[in-house]
Amino acid sequence: MNKNSKMRLVCIGNGMAGMRALEELLKIAPDLYDITVFGAEPHPNYNRILLSPVLAGEQTLKEIVLNDLDWYQSNNITLHLGKKITEIDRVKRVVRAEDGTVAEYDRLLLATGSNPILLPIPGMKLPGVLTYRDIADTEGMIAASSQYKNAVVIGGGLLGLEAANGLKLRGMNVTVIHLADWLMERQLDRTASQLLQASLEKKGLQFRLSAQTEEIVAGESGRVAAVRLKGGETIPAELVVVAVGIRPNTELAEKAGLHCSRGVVVSDTMQTYDPRIYAVGECANHRGIAYGLVAPLFDMAKVCANHLALYGIGRYTGSLTSTKLKVTGIDLFSAGNFQGGDGSEDITLSDPIGGVYKRLVIKDDKLIGSVLYGDTVDGAYYFKLLREGRKVSDIRDKLMFGESNLGDAGHQGQNKAAAMSDDMEVCGCNGVCKGTIVKAIKEKGLFTLDDVRKHTKASSSCGSCTGLVEQILMFTAGGDYSASPKVKPMCGCTDHTHAEARQAIRDHELLTIPSVMQFLEWRTPNGCASCRPAINYYLLSTWPHRAKDDPQSRYINERAHANIQKDSSYSVIPRMWGGVTTADELRRIANVVDKYKIPTVKVTGGQRIDLLGVKKEDLPAVWKDLDMPSGHAYAKALRTVKTCVGAEWCRFGVQDSTKMGQDLERGLWRMYAPHKVKLAVSGCPRNCAESGIKDVGVIGVDSGWELYVAGNGGIKTEVAQFLVKVKTAEEVMEYSSAFLQLYREEGWYLERTVHYVNRVGLDYVKQRILEDAAGRKALYERLQFALKDEPDPWAERVAGADRAQFEPIKPVAATAGVTA
Amino acid sequence: MNDWIKICALNDIPQLGSRVVQREGQTDIAIFRTAEDTVFALEDRCPHKGGALSQGIVCGNKVACPLHNWNIALETGRAIAPDEGSSKTFPVKIEGGFVLLALPVPAHA
Repeated sequence: MNKNSKMRLVCIGNGMAGMRALEELLKIAPDLYDITVFGAEPHPNYNRILLSPVLAGEQTLKEIVLNDLDWYQSNNITLHLGKKITEIDRVKRVVRAEDGTVAEYDRLLLATGSNPILLPIPGMKLPGVLTYRDIADTEGMIAASSQYKNAVVIGGGLLGLEAANGLKLRGMNVTVIHLADWLMERQLDRTASQLLQASLEKKGLQFRLSAQTEEIVAGESGRVAAVRLKGGETIPAELVVVAVGIRPNTELAEKAGLHCSRGVVVSDTMQTYDPRIYAVGECANHRGIAYGLVAPLFDMAKVCANHLALYGIGRYTGSLTSTKLKVTGIDLFSAGNFQGGDGSEDITLSDPIGGVYKRLVIKDDKLIGSVLYGDTVDGAYYFKLLREGRKVSDIRDKLMFGESNLGDAGHQGQNKAAAMSDDMEVCGCNGVCKGTIVKAIKEKGLFTLDDVRKHTKASSSCGSCTGLVEQILMFTAGGDYSASPKVKPMCGCTDHTHAEARQAIRDHELLTIPSVMQFLEWRTPNGCASCRPAINYYLLSTWPHRAKDDPQSRYINERAHANIQKDSSYSVIPRMWGGVTTADELRRIANVVDKYKIPTVKVTGGQRIDLLGVKKEDLPAVWKDLDMPSGHAYAKALRTVKTCVGAEWCRFGVQDSTKMGQDLERGLWRMYAPHKVKLAVSGCPRNCAESGIKDVGVIGVDSGWELYVAGNGGIKTEVAQFLVKVKTAEEVMEYSSAFLQLYREEGWYLERTVHYVNRVGLDYVKQRILEDAAGRKALYERLQFALKDEPDPWAERVAGADRAQFEPIKPVAATAGVTA
Repeated sequence: MNDWIKICALNDIPQLGSRVVQREGQTDIAIFRTAEDTVFALEDRCPHKGGALSQGIVCGNKVACPLHNWNIALETGRAIAPDEGSSKTFPVKIEGGFVLLALPVPAHA
C-alpha cells in the first residue's frame, strides 16, 4: 500500500518530453504525486537537439544538460538511471526494469521517444557502425574521428547532414549516401536542396545521391572498412553513421497491449487507450501524426500536466512544425507543405549567384508552405501566416518581400543574425550582444522567444530586434524552437486568447475584471500587469457607460494621467488643438514652468509642448494653472492630430487642413483605444503633416480628401494604406471615426492599427467601412455614444477627484527617544 | 528598535494599490494593499534601475515595476527570477483599521 496518501506517478523515459511534462506538472501541482523516473541512459535529462553542436565541437556534453541531478532531488523525484523498463503490468499497475527494480503506479507516463531505423543489409552490427540518437552515439563518433580518417553517413536528411558536418569539422573525409534524388527531400524542394548541396560541397563534404547501400563491409580487424553501393562502387569508411530516419519506440506499450499504430495512440488529452496511462513526445501518435521534432512536445507536456494535475482542461490539437538545419553558415528554413500539389500555386524568387532562394506555396488563397534558403529573416512571418491560415489575396503582391519582426533601427542595419559576430549588439534598448543571447540559449536551455526575453532582456523593450532574436533562437536551438501553439494565450495567467476574452465579454455581458477571470477560469487570483489592463480596456470598449473603469488595472501613466519618467517624475503635455496655440496659453505655460521649477520644456513631434520633470504631487496644481485639457500623451488613446498650415495661409494648400485637424481632434479626443492613436491632416499632396505614417492620415486634394489608414512611424516605419477618397469634411469625420471604432472593437490590447489591419486584412476593413454604409454609420454612432460625457481627466482631478494618489503621506517623525 | 507609526486608514489605500510615505532625506516607502487586504511596505526603489515601485501594478503578492516591468515579491522585496536583486522591506501591520509602519529610529549619535 501507499505509505502516504499521495498518488504515484511513474515516468518511463528520462528525455525532454517526459521531463518537460513533469516540470509543467510540478509548476501547477507540486505535491500531488510521488514521482519515479526511469531512464535507459546513464545521464540526466539533456537537450537532444544540441547533440549536433556537441559533435561539431561547438558545445560540450555538460553544457547541454537540462535537468541536473540536483533538480530531481530537490523535487523529490526518485530517479533510476541506466534502468530499462521491460514490462508494464496494467492489471497490478506496476512496471518492471531489466534489473528487477519495480515501481507501482496510479498514473503512468510513457515518454520512450523513438528509435533509429536500421537498414536490412549485411554488416549493420559491425564495430564502427553507429546510429545517431544519443550521447553514447555522439561520443562514439567523436572517439572514432580522432582515430580514423574516412566516414560514411547513410542518409541525407536533417540528422545525417548535421552528423556529416560535425565529422567533417572533426577532420574526417565524409561521404553522404542518400537514397533520394536530392538532400532533405522531406524538408526542401529540389532547387533549395541543390543550393544546400553546393554549400556543403564547398565545406568539403561529398555526396552520392540516388544511391542505395548494399553492404557494409568488414576489414581485417573485424571493424567496418567500407560501404558498397548498388552498382558496385565501394567507399572506404572506418566509421559508418546510419541516419535514415526514426520510428516511435512502442515496444513496451505494444507488449502491454496498448493500442499502437506508428506510435502509441493518444487522445487530445494525451491519454492512451488505458486511461491511467499517458504518452508524450516522439513515442506518441496524435491524430495520426508521430512528431519527430522537439517543438510539439512543449504543448503536449502542458496539456498532459494539466490532466495529470486533475484540472481536466486543455486539449492538444496538433502542431505545425518548421525545420532549420543546424550547420554553421547555412541559412535554411522550411515549413508546411512546400511540395505543392493539385490546385496549389507557387511564388518563387531565385538568385543562385547571390545564394538566395525563396518559394512560397499558396492554395485556396492561403499560404500552405514555404522554403527559404540564404535569407530566412522572414521565416517567422511566413510561419505565422501558415499557422493563422489568413487569406493572402490582399497582400499577395507583397508576400515575397516578407515582413520580418525587425524594426528599422537599433541593430546597426543588420537583418541577418547569422552574419553577425558574437560581440555585435542585437538589442539596442538593453545592450544585449549576440554572444550573450547564444550563451543564454545554450546554457539555460531556452526554447522560446519569451524565455529569451526573460533571461536576457533582448527584444523585451521596443521589440525592434525580435526578428534577429528569433533567428538566433532558430539557429541555436534548431527549427525545434518554434513550438507553435496554433493560438497564443493572452499571458501566463490563462490559456485563452485575446479574441476569446473579447468574445466572452461580449457574449456573456461580463462587466467586471473578476467576473471575466472567473468565467474564463484564470489561473492567478488577480491576473498580472499584462492581462489586467487588457481586460479593463475590453470591458470599457465593449460596454461603455456600463463597465466601470478600474484604475488599479491601468498602467501608471493612465492612472496618474501623466507620463512617468526614469527618475519617477512626470511629464505633462497639454492639448493644443491641431497644433495651434495662443499667446494666453503660452503665457500660462511659461508661468507654470517658473512656478513649479519645471526643468525641461520641449516641443514634441506631435506639435505640442512637453513639460518634463514635474513632481507627482504637483500634477493637480500644474493642471489647474495650465487650464488646458489633457493631451492624453500618456495613454493608449487619441494622442495628437498633426496638421500643416493648409489653405488658410499656404500658397500651395488646397484644403483647410488645420481646421479639419482641429475638428477631428475635438471629435475624437478622450477616445481610448487598444494602443495609442495618431492622426494627421495635410492640406495638399505635398503632405507636410506626414499623413503617410499615421493611424489615420488625411490628405487634402482639390476635389476633397484622401484617407489613409494603418501607418506607423515608430519602431518600424509602415506606410499607411489608401482607404477611400471623400468629398466633405463630414465624411472625413464619419469614415475616420468608423475605422477607429472598428479598431477599438476588434483590436487586441497593445495592437497598433497597422498590426490590426495586417491581421484582418485591408479588404475586410474596406468591406466594413466602405461597402456597408449602414454599418459604417452604426460604428460612427457607437463611437459618439462611447465618447459622450467622457470627462477631461485633468479637469476632473483639478476639481478634486482621485486626490489620494497625488498626496504622499508624511508621517510625523517619531520623536527621538520615545522608542517602544 | 522600531517605532510603530500610524500611517493612514487601511481604506486610504485602494485594494491592489499603494500609497507613498515620504521621509526627510531618505528614500520613500511604498505601502501596498493586496486583494486580501494584506499590507506590505517596501523601499520605493526597484533594484533594477530605481523605479518607484509604488507606481506599479499589484497582482497577487507581487508588484510590477512601472519602468521595465520587473516583478518584485511584496513579502521579501526580492525580484522574481530570472531577475535578481531586492528592495528593502519594512515591518507593517493593521490595527483597528489603521496601517502602522515600523521605521528604524535614526541614529542620533
